[in-house]
Amino acid sequence: MATQTFLDANELVLNMGPQHPSTHGVLRVILNLDGEKILGTDCVIGYLHRGVEKIAENRTYPMFTPYVDRMDYVASISNGLGYCLAVEKLMNLPAPPRAEAVRVILTELNRIASHLVWLGTHALDIGAITPLFYTMREREEALKIFENYCGARLTTHAFRIGGLQYETYDGFEEQVKAFCDAMEPRIDEYETLLTGNRIWIDRLKGIGILTAAECKQYGVTGPMLRAAGVKWDLRKAFPYSGYEKYEFDIPTRENADTYDRYIVRMQEMRQSVRIVRQAVANIPDGPIIAKVPKVVKPVPGEVYVSIEAPKGELGYYVVSDGTNQPYRVRVRPPSFINLQSLEKMAKGALIADIVAIIGTIDIVLGEVDR
Amino acid sequence: MRKLLRTIFLVDLAQGLWVTFRSQSTKNIYTEQYPAERPKVAERYRGAPRLNNNPDTGETLCICCDLCGFACPEQLIVVSSVRNPETRRKELTNFTYDVSRCMFCGLCEDACPVDCLELTQDFEIAQYSREGLIWDRQMLEEGPKPTQYSS
Repeated sequence: MATQTFLDANELVLNMGPQHPSTHGVLRVILNLDGEKILGTDCVIGYLHRGVEKIAENRTYPMFTPYVDRMDYVASISNGLGYCLAVEKLMNLPAPPRAEAVRVILTELNRIASHLVWLGTHALDIGAITPLFYTMREREEALKIFENYCGARLTTHAFRIGGLQYETYDGFEEQVKAFCDAMEPRIDEYETLLTGNRIWIDRLKGIGILTAAECKQYGVTGPMLRAAGVKWDLRKAFPYSGYEKYEFDIPTRENADTYDRYIVRMQEMRQSVRIVRQAVANIPDGPIIAKVPKVVKPVPGEVYVSIEAPKGELGYYVVSDGTNQPYRVRVRPPSFINLQSLEKMAKGALIADIVAIIGTIDIVLGEVDR
Repeated sequence: MRKLLRTIFLVDLAQGLWVTFRSQSTKNIYTEQYPAERPKVAERYRGAPRLNNNPDTGETLCICCDLCGFACPEQLIVVSSVRNPETRRKELTNFTYDVSRCMFCGLCEDACPVDCLELTQDFEIAQYSREGLIWDRQMLEEGPKPTQYSS
């Protein structure tokens, strides 16, 4: 029997990451290859693990709010909203209407900013460098609003339990309106750059298909599920923070491939602009924070609150044992659960496509590893 | 024929350059000449911490209540005080603030009842050593003194 040499083996193991720029952070993917074809993928995560859920057990409820910003640092305001809503529900302490309206404005602006980062980096992975500069320019405008509002750009810590800490600044509404007016033609501009681009279509159409049944099987939520034709958006299904007052559509597509997810996210940005316009047109007057006790001490109990983050369903499961520190905080991060579908989507694809597939999931490793 | 004329008269190039020149206006410049020109941060920017003094008397506003220390998620604020036996009031002896562990969440300045501790607009807080980032009372009152470069 002849000994087997490396030339006989037709399976090649290749490491992608953790320093690969297209893995959007420190994701390591072990690829099993047959030539260019991917036979299987294996994700190695945990390079950015900070033990956020354990930290929560040693902090009081208000102290933990800045930490949730560090999970999905591209959409930190959504994270803060989810946690604050969970603790508010646990304490039965709803935020006042003015706070809700400002929260909706900031969260939707953050959704636009998050999608802009996704669009720029995803296009960069595919090879289109130009959109990155355009998207970063618009994101800068959104971040300036955050900086003016709460003093930080990325890890904002904008919301507090029970409402808001900061009153809106002078010229807040004008700046938000100007952003909305500028945003719509600029989304058209991105679409002229990408939507009809032949290279873009060739690289994305039919790549990374995940059907609706498979999405449900894996628990995939967000734009990936909507691109598979499922009309599911928590803002409509279980309205929170006054989303039932605003008119918007849930964009869906049928083909469930990478190109459709791109279209869905572009449509979502337009819908976000629509929501922001409605919200900023009538911000109610009144207090910005409910009557929160000095020491936040919820009654013993547990609560699960999920919101529609830019990447999917972001859930917070908070267990209280009656002290001023949570007994347990469990986060359901959309990136982590969406990342599981990578293996399904990448099987049979080519090496060049895996970059597109990782990009289309829209992961943030801070949230995957927590 | 049409295509040939387009090629000869460089119509596509002119169209492309028109897009470029449309964006040449000086108000579209986003680059900041940072060391020469300090960027203007927002009024509410949360940067380097500062202990405020009473502008009239020059005495510190701090009443040593230690609420900032309790509010801090990283427990990086240490307030040392002694009780003055005559006035029965606490007097600040030292105030340590570990900027290297600070995440500028602003919970300490929210907790301060007398507007003494404040996160200011200073953002140049780099130091050459880790010890240099543990600020004492004098540093907190005077603020960081970064080297100013001029163009």
